[in-house]
Amino acid sequence: MKKKYLVTIYSIAIFFFVVLYLSLNKNNIYTTQENIGKKISVIQLNYFDKPGEFNIQEISNFNFTLLNFWASWCGPCRKEHKHLVELSRNSNLKIIGVNFKDDKKNAMEFLKEMGNPFFILTKDPEGKKSVNFGIYGIPETILINKDLKILKKYVGPLSDKDVREIQRIIKK
Amino acid sequence: MLSSFGISVSTISLLLSLSLLYLSYYDLKLSNNKISKKIYKFAFSQILFTFLSFITLIIAYVISDFSLINVYENSHTTKPLFYKISGAWGNHEGSLLLWINILVLFSFLFLILNKDKNKNFKLYTIIFQNLLISTFLIFLLTNSNPFSLLYPIPTEGMGLNPILQDPALAIHPPLLYLGFVGSSIYFSIALAALITKVDSKSLALTIKPWVSVSWTFQTLGILVGSIWAYYELGWGGFWFWDPVENSSLMPWFLMTALLHSVLVLERRIGLYSWVIILSILTFTMSVVGTFLVRSGILNSVHTFANDPSRGLFILSFLALMVFSSIFIFFKYAPAENKNYKIFSKESFILINNWFMVFFLAVVLIGTLYPVFLDTLTGQKISVGPPYYNFILAPFLLPLLFLMTSGPKHKWISSNVIGIFNIALFTSIILFFVFFLSIKEGGLLLLLILLFSTYLITQTTFDFYETFKNKNINLSRIISHFGFGLLILSISLNQIFSVEKSFNARLGDEKNFLNYTIKFNNLETFSKNNFKSVKGHFEIIDKKNIISQKLTPEIRVYNQPETITYEASINTKLFSDTYLTMSNISNTDIFNVKFQKKPFMNFIWFSVLLISFGGILQFLRLKKRV
Repeated sequence: MKKKYLVTIYSIAIFFFVVLYLSLNKNNIYTTQENIGKKISVIQLNYFDKPGEFNIQEISNFNFTLLNFWASWCGPCRKEHKHLVELSRNSNLKIIGVNFKDDKKNAMEFLKEMGNPFFILTKDPEGKKSVNFGIYGIPETILINKDLKILKKYVGPLSDKDVREIQRIIKK
Repeated sequence: MLSSFGISVSTISLLLSLSLLYLSYYDLKLSNNKISKKIYKFAFSQILFTFLSFITLIIAYVISDFSLINVYENSHTTKPLFYKISGAWGNHEGSLLLWINILVLFSFLFLILNKDKNKNFKLYTIIFQNLLISTFLIFLLTNSNPFSLLYPIPTEGMGLNPILQDPALAIHPPLLYLGFVGSSIYFSIALAALITKVDSKSLALTIKPWVSVSWTFQTLGILVGSIWAYYELGWGGFWFWDPVENSSLMPWFLMTALLHSVLVLERRIGLYSWVIILSILTFTMSVVGTFLVRSGILNSVHTFANDPSRGLFILSFLALMVFSSIFIFFKYAPAENKNYKIFSKESFILINNWFMVFFLAVVLIGTLYPVFLDTLTGQKISVGPPYYNFILAPFLLPLLFLMTSGPKHKWISSNVIGIFNIALFTSIILFFVFFLSIKEGGLLLLLILLFSTYLITQTTFDFYETFKNKNINLSRIISHFGFGLLILSISLNQIFSVEKSFNARLGDEKNFLNYTIKFNNLETFSKNNFKSVKGHFEIIDKKNIISQKLTPEIRVYNQPETITYEASINTKLFSDTYLTMSNISNTDIFNVKFQKKPFMNFIWFSVLLISFGGILQFLRLKKRV
């Protein structure tokens, strides 16, 4: 009887340790480089102000797509917003916004005040869908081409340099 | 200079620890009744050298000796002295040295404070404790050496993250470590008791003071960490169910269970194995927490730099510890008789243990599940407050009720006592007063209010009884009262919190609910390690006709260059007014977040009361001895 208990407890403990060991070797440092060059995951995002879902695969209709994760409560998002507005003037590029863990009213006020650069605006109120894109914090921006391939990923607010880089890529 | 001195001193500590292992083992075989004088001498030198190594590190920080990588990476010459000192344990290597210091301190105190105990029992405890000490010293010297040399010597350091430059955070790690590293001593005692077959009464009496001490420090450590998060992080919350917060809470549940079951063990043999299991689990859970925090497998606000080799060491140590203690337990655990009267005090205490184990399981699952899921399936999820609130909140009701009625029962008897008494009556009346004045919040929240009020009133009545009867356990009354007050304050805080965020320019005025907020002035100044933009706001509460002035700040620290948002908090007895502002680049607009946080002081005060109960318990024990 005693032996049975011992074997059971040891087995459970071994299972735990093996999983923890594996988790150690898994690269958990959040890097953006990993996703670059890969195809974007198939994800449905809810529209911001109407019912229904936007399938991310639909972006294959556009030459280039910029997927931007933002929220009204996020200071750096304000900082980069003017860049998004600037980029939205390019006909070659469509910007899709994902409003992240935000209050709808605040988000609308934000856009009213700062301008709306988004061709399509979707929302992720609980932040659950953004995780599939590797997004834990915002702002983050992903540049995707017609073949749904991720070309660039920007963590943090877009800078002047990033904007010039994006413009260079989409001109090609 | 300090580098080689520090390394030598730590190496001597390691040698002393190994010698203590050898001497104690050798002494076991001698048939005399006294522990050899040599062991005392070695233990004394051990504590001396270990303290010396820690003091060396502190001195290196104070004089900004950047020839040490650790000092270079975590300090700066312009940092205030206080934070230079606290910087010594604000990083992985330094805090590991603090860990070892506490292991040694408890080992030494155990040795000198238990002169009359069974010799072999003491020797085995010293052996187990020194196994822990030497393993951690080897870890320190080979993998995480705070005295590692840097060449060429930089002229300036990289600085301490400004959000760590906070008085609460400076004392948070030492308090917490005294708590959960302190639990190592009853881990060692428990294993030693098993091997030497110590009877339940002396086991209970031996571990009781250590449990009270570590429990008190753990409670205070969690409190201080929470205060830091509230004042420094600027999010307006005090508990986020962050994995690292959970890591400090999990050993606390076990310590609380232990604190209660030791009371039973003192009087009855029944819980011997259970107390041993709890003692082993508490320290194990502390190491699990350390592993989770330091290995970098969790994403959290508390990040130590990520290093898999570090995680591997702690994991191997943990595995060794777990497997050998399970083995020792199964080899030596005695058979016990279990017969309880259902309504006796010990069954209520056992119920407390079930609650604590349940809470532990919930928090452990919430913390580990995302790690396991990610490793096994690659799926990433995050477990947040909704999970914990949803599962834990309903169980607060029976817990609060049992905390009220359980202690009224007699030991080892099964008389059912009336639960309908004056305390319940008073609390129901109080509850209706609440109910009429609140008119919001769900049924669960209201029931929690009722039960916590019941606990508070009952313990208040009990408190008055202590004036008549000096034998009543005051520590229990105070801790339980504190817990009732804590739950009550958190619930009221949940119900009455107000939050509003808006954008404002200098001179703007914002109206909402009963409040008017005026942005009166903006001031910029610089101090030696940061520049600051300070907003002057006036908040007018139209209902109570009160005006308060608040000055949130945006600080730009130069070393390392970091922006922090300093909340301006006006603390009143019943309610805090909390204001933060952040700048919007290239505009003159600021984003302002206003929060009204009621009963914050009551939350802090109630946790202080809970830990005060622990201090009283300890003093009671001293008196009896």
